Amino acid sequence: MNPVIILHAGLATGTVLLFAAIGEIFAERSGILNLGIEGMMLFGAMAAFSTSFSTGSPWTGVLVAMLAAGFLSILHGLVTIHFQADQVVSGLSLTFLGTGLALVLGEGLTGQTVALIPSFDIPLLSAIPFIGPAFFEDHSILVYAGYVFAPLSWYYIHKTRPGMHLRAIGEKPAAADTLGIDVYGTRYFYVFVGGALAGLAGATISLSVSPGWYSAQTTSGQGWIAVALVIFAQWNPLRAALGGYLFGALRRLILDLQGPKLLLGFVNPLYINSNYSFFLKMTPFILTIVALIFGSRAVAKKRAGSPSALGLPFIRGERGM
Amino acid sequence: MALQLKVEKRVDVPKWLPLATSIGSVILAFIIGGVILKFIGGQPLVAMKFFFQAVFGSWAVFSDTMVKATPLIIVGLACAVAFKMRLWNIGAEGQFYAGAFGASMVVLVPLVPMDSPKVIVIGAMMVMGMLFGALWGFFPGYLKAKFHVNEIITTLMLNYIAILWNNFWIFDKWSDGGFQMSPTFDRVAWLPRLADYAREYKIFSGVTLHLGVLFGIAAAVLVWWILQKSRWGYEIKLIGDNPKAARYAGINIARNITLVMMFSGALAGLAGMSEISGVVHRLQESISPGYGFTGIIVAWLAKLNPFAIIIVSILFGGLIVAGREIQPAGLSFLLQGIILFMLISSDVLLRYRIRIVRAQEEAA
Repeated sequence: MNPVIILHAGLATGTVLLFAAIGEIFAERSGILNLGIEGMMLFGAMAAFSTSFSTGSPWTGVLVAMLAAGFLSILHGLVTIHFQADQVVSGLSLTFLGTGLALVLGEGLTGQTVALIPSFDIPLLSAIPFIGPAFFEDHSILVYAGYVFAPLSWYYIHKTRPGMHLRAIGEKPAAADTLGIDVYGTRYFYVFVGGALAGLAGATISLSVSPGWYSAQTTSGQGWIAVALVIFAQWNPLRAALGGYLFGALRRLILDLQGPKLLLGFVNPLYINSNYSFFLKMTPFILTIVALIFGSRAVAKKRAGSPSALGLPFIRGERGM
Repeated sequence: MALQLKVEKRVDVPKWLPLATSIGSVILAFIIGGVILKFIGGQPLVAMKFFFQAVFGSWAVFSDTMVKATPLIIVGLACAVAFKMRLWNIGAEGQFYAGAFGASMVVLVPLVPMDSPKVIVIGAMMVMGMLFGALWGFFPGYLKAKFHVNEIITTLMLNYIAILWNNFWIFDKWSDGGFQMSPTFDRVAWLPRLADYAREYKIFSGVTLHLGVLFGIAAAVLVWWILQKSRWGYEIKLIGDNPKAARYAGINIARNITLVMMFSGALAGLAGMSEISGVVHRLQESISPGYGFTGIIVAWLAKLNPFAIIIVSILFGGLIVAGREIQPAGLSFLLQGIILFMLISSDVLLRYRIRIVRAQEEAA
């Protein structure tokens, strides 16, 4: 129960949630709710693992995962943007489709080993006491990428012109349309970005955080936790990153609790009966619900965060929003 | 004279069109699924033939299909009621497990003596199954009504929690000699099966169809009655179609959210009870191959019509029976995903029509 180890593991597993949740933030900011993350993530994890297996290059794997999940999400885009289908049902279909494709195409990958994304120390920074070993030592490149990606996404959404357009079409698509912003095209683009990032999250699992292909167990619901994280983070990439890391650290803490005989001077019940660990395994899901309750209350109180046009189709020239 | 496609908004929808799009979606999905299966080196035609044999082959296999269809009917109805109100209960899987747990309590605690008459034992199991299912629906319903918490995520999280909860009991308290399952229930806790009457009627020998299928049909009638004939159903539909109008009409939306979620959960819980009492006869791991999720598609494919749900469930029951044999295992998920995608895409045909017009006519 070394805090450095827990933090270190939290940053690594949290990176998965970070990519997936920020991807969803981009899609939702443009007004498209994509509940297919779990499916796209699993599809990405399979694509990355399978590509690295056949080509020997983990980077090709990451690229293929992002493209594969991105193109899968375009299907959701087509159905919701052009056919104006219900975004909830379409997202669920995408989860089924992605999961099915991943399981069918991933047949036979279980138990294989492949080239993984390399890990390394960052010189100088890793020498800082406590912070160094947790943040800058022996992490995969993807984890370091996450440190940079979250603030950059925040800056992009809040401080740049394309970011302003993105927020505009998620809040008032009709107004954005009259200003000459291509609402349909932009939404397709961000749905693709969201899919590609879910694919990256999947690749982060299968090629770095917990390497391997374990069919549906590979993602085990993390895509859904990412969806919840978006609400908790109130559509802010920085809060999403923080929440992801926190969640990752808690997961590690839960694992660690199963080991020692004594906890805070008491006999650890898990030491006597390991079946109690089923209750411990519930905690991430219970925590997600609790986090969601707080997140939803904050959103309801401030009437802020949630993009106004989220979930609504935009039909050009038909009705103002 | 160039021909041109013209897309126009429909003023009214022909009666046959929704049915046609549903059937068309399934056929198209099967074709696409077949192409994918071929692409990865399977034999789609053999699989297809097997599928039809599994549904219509003989009494025994048709009964297998019906056994798989039974939980789907009940779960599909559970989803349909919630979806009518645009309440996204994605937690039928967890409510199914919760119901199975509640029903098992009756036998394994035991809540009623095992030498009571069958009616009492089965009745108690039904009540407990529905109670636990309703409880599992209550949490997300209450949280949505009270704190506006997104029910999609809470119901999903509760799926994982229900499965882990069940695991604790079958690994620990109720484990049968260290195995990951409870002891087999006493005969008194089994739903009657047609095979039980094989001595009197030869034709029933080996037919595993159980009483649960009648629960499904009764539930379909009940849901139809609620939605079409009762005041509550009117409220549910109004909230679903136009929540603003419902609020102005003085309907208590928050209370209805909790109630509908509980009702939906109770039905899914009954499905869980029917499955362990009619088929598995014990509590164990993976009692559901995703019934809770397939129920979502069943409800949607049936356009939330209770009687159509029965028909669609039989089709999907066949898919599950066939899926046990067709490798790889993910195929049935894949097929379900494609069917759902086809279906929601085809809905656009209900709103728009495509006409072929001559370009000159257009110019004139």
